Amino acid sequence: MQLARVVGDIVTTHKDPGYAGVSLLIIQPITSAGKPVGRALIAADAVGAGVGETVFFVRGKEAGFPFAPVEVPADAGIVGIVDVVDGGV
Amino acid sequence: MILAKIVGTVVATRKDPRLVSTKLLIARAMDPHGKVDGNYLVAVDTVEAGIGETVLIVSGSSARMASGLKDCPVDAAIVGIVDAIELNE
Repeated sequence: MQLARVVGDIVTTHKDPGYAGVSLLIIQPITSAGKPVGRALIAADAVGAGVGETVFFVRGKEAGFPFAPVEVPADAGIVGIVDVVDGGV
Repeated sequence: MILAKIVGTVVATRKDPRLVSTKLLIARAMDPHGKVDGNYLVAVDTVEAGIGETVLIVSGSSARMASGLKDCPVDAAIVGIVDAIELNE
């Protein structure tokens, strides 16, 4: 899992039926100190995160698992909202 | 998932039998600000996207979870047409 900050969201009307009711957020991966690192990406939100929050997300097929038994074709998914990061350097 | 802009099409007569009647498009990765500066990739279209449109691309094994691509040899699928991007950095 990786830390990221939610920086926005996208709207798609025409999409795969697996995405029905799933919110898609733009996330920017960050270091433990909150510094942006790498490219921003789109993630399926499984926890109700909002813009500005720090979250952690999974990459790969596992991103769709929180939505089981629905098969969501996601390769990145937000699985937790971070309250505190301790030991950020 | 990544945001991308459709920039072209691919025609292939000889291909894996499981790719017969799939639509292959060339997409170029885009950042949330709309700057098209990433790699080019070939993706299978599942949402009837067209050239010039901004789309959502899922990569890796999750691409096979897109509708109609079960057990197909693909690692990138277009799964949504993006209507709007909202960014609050």
